[in-house]
Amino acid sequence: MDIILDGIRQAFILLVTFDPEVLGITWFSLKVSGTATFISLFFGMSVGTVVALTQFPGRKFVVSLINTGMALPPVVVGLFVTIFLWRNGPLGFLEILYTPAAMILAQAIIATPIVTGISLASMQQLPKKLRLQILALGATRLQMVRILIREARLPLLAAVMAGFGGVISEVGASIMVGGNIKGYTRVLTTATVMETSRGNFDVAIALGIILLLFAYAINLVLTYVQQRERPR
Amino acid sequence: MTTILAARNLKVIRGGSLLVDVPGMDICDGETLSLIGPNGAGKTTLLQALSYLMKPSAGEILFRGQAVGTAQPKLEYRRRLAMVFQEPLLFDTTVFGNVASGLKIRGIGASEAQRIVESQLERFGIAHLRDRSARTLSGGEAQRTSLARAFAISPEILFLDEPFAALDPPTRESIVTDLEKVLAETKTTTIMATHDRNEALRLSDRIAVMEGGRIAQIDRPAVIMNQPVDEFVASFVGTETILEGDVRDTNETALIVGVNGSEIEVVGKGRVGERVILCIRPENVTLTIPDGTVKTSARNTFRGRIGRIVPMGLFHKVEIACGFPLVAYVTTHALEDLSMKEGNEIAASVKATAIHVIRKSGT
Repeated sequence: MDIILDGIRQAFILLVTFDPEVLGITWFSLKVSGTATFISLFFGMSVGTVVALTQFPGRKFVVSLINTGMALPPVVVGLFVTIFLWRNGPLGFLEILYTPAAMILAQAIIATPIVTGISLASMQQLPKKLRLQILALGATRLQMVRILIREARLPLLAAVMAGFGGVISEVGASIMVGGNIKGYTRVLTTATVMETSRGNFDVAIALGIILLLFAYAINLVLTYVQQRERPR
Repeated sequence: MTTILAARNLKVIRGGSLLVDVPGMDICDGETLSLIGPNGAGKTTLLQALSYLMKPSAGEILFRGQAVGTAQPKLEYRRRLAMVFQEPLLFDTTVFGNVASGLKIRGIGASEAQRIVESQLERFGIAHLRDRSARTLSGGEAQRTSLARAFAISPEILFLDEPFAALDPPTRESIVTDLEKVLAETKTTTIMATHDRNEALRLSDRIAVMEGGRIAQIDRPAVIMNQPVDEFVASFVGTETILEGDVRDTNETALIVGVNGSEIEVVGKGRVGERVILCIRPENVTLTIPDGTVKTSARNTFRGRIGRIVPMGLFHKVEIACGFPLVAYVTTHALEDLSMKEGNEIAASVKATAIHVIRKSGT
């Protein structure tokens, strides 16, 4: 019990005194995961919207692939990204293994199916007749897609949050392709793993609290979005 | 009257079944036409084909004489019409934003749009809801917003798909009254699908009765009600008594038709021996107590027994067995006055002119 209480006390001191190392790691985590989420939005929202609004043979199969992708294990992504970026791998010439770029790449691959799946679901949740109503209002196809995205803006926000939540808390891929290099590729999760293995519970708990705060903020927004009613 | 919209050899086939089959149909500029029929009759499908929200499988739609999709581009056509569905289908924004949406899509400037929206909000009595979020509206307020959004673009044709079906009676009544007024003011050509014949009777210049994707009859409301072309139309417009019989005798104006051994005199045309259908509307049947003192001007008076009395709100539906089944509507007052009870003897009379004859041979 002492270890825990002492750890929590130390963690609070680190947090309220804005310990530069904890702050630096947090800031870097936000940058890497934020960039990865942003990239995944571009692909995820486009693919999600197209799949939601069109009919084509094999559509159900594609949807099942996307849904499976939402549960893609980060270590598997880490493994394949590592292989591709390995010195004599297909993308070895990029020489980005153990750099923040590799971490962003791996995290974007993890987040994309999450964003795609939730975008798809949120566009499909709109009443089917809404499309007819928009067309009847004289909209072009492009105007219709814009209006539908606007109508689904809150569930789409959920997609962003879920994607970000997925990558900021993953550790497997980040440690494999980033290497947890101090001051360069160390993020909240990889630092927590390392500090715990060293027995530095105070720092580990401080980092854990920051991760929990992110998780809470994300879920707060998601809850708000899910409980909001659509107009008639 | 000029034709604004016409359908030629229109067919809609989906999943292998023929949903709509309309060889020809003309809608006049400024008229209100109702499509009525039971669920699955093809009302909504016809409405969507006419508005080109659904591509017809065959045939064409002519808007002011030009074929939609070829001579008349699809988008341009859609920008000249408006549609209101059963669900208000509002956007997640304010009431103002919703009513302005069609104008925004057409790229109309903010100040002009504002002027138009304000006048529509006023017209539909929702000016006080202007800045409210659409999410907080009641069903009636939401449907008014949807109507205002449709009228904001000054449509040349307004399509209404069961627009009042989801509303409670008082709300429905007040919206129908307002719409009636707006239609009289704007003279907007309107095509409305509904399964409520009273709504159709009230708002329409013409009614089309649909069955199985086809238009069974299209005519003025009085004709549809009193001179249905077949048994389906007759029963759909509330003809409670539909009898089959054969013509026994004829004179210059009337026929004597034998039905189950009874003879009914009707005004109409026919040949002796011909099979005919007789349609008797329940409000045209008069009931009296058969004590010999009450005289009636009706030529057809039948004695029988009351089978069932069903309360219908403003009146009672009385089923009579008098050699053939006959249904009459009676006010609650008359019911008490004549102390009618199930099983009692009763005399029912119908004027020969109040019976509609459908000739089976069709000639």
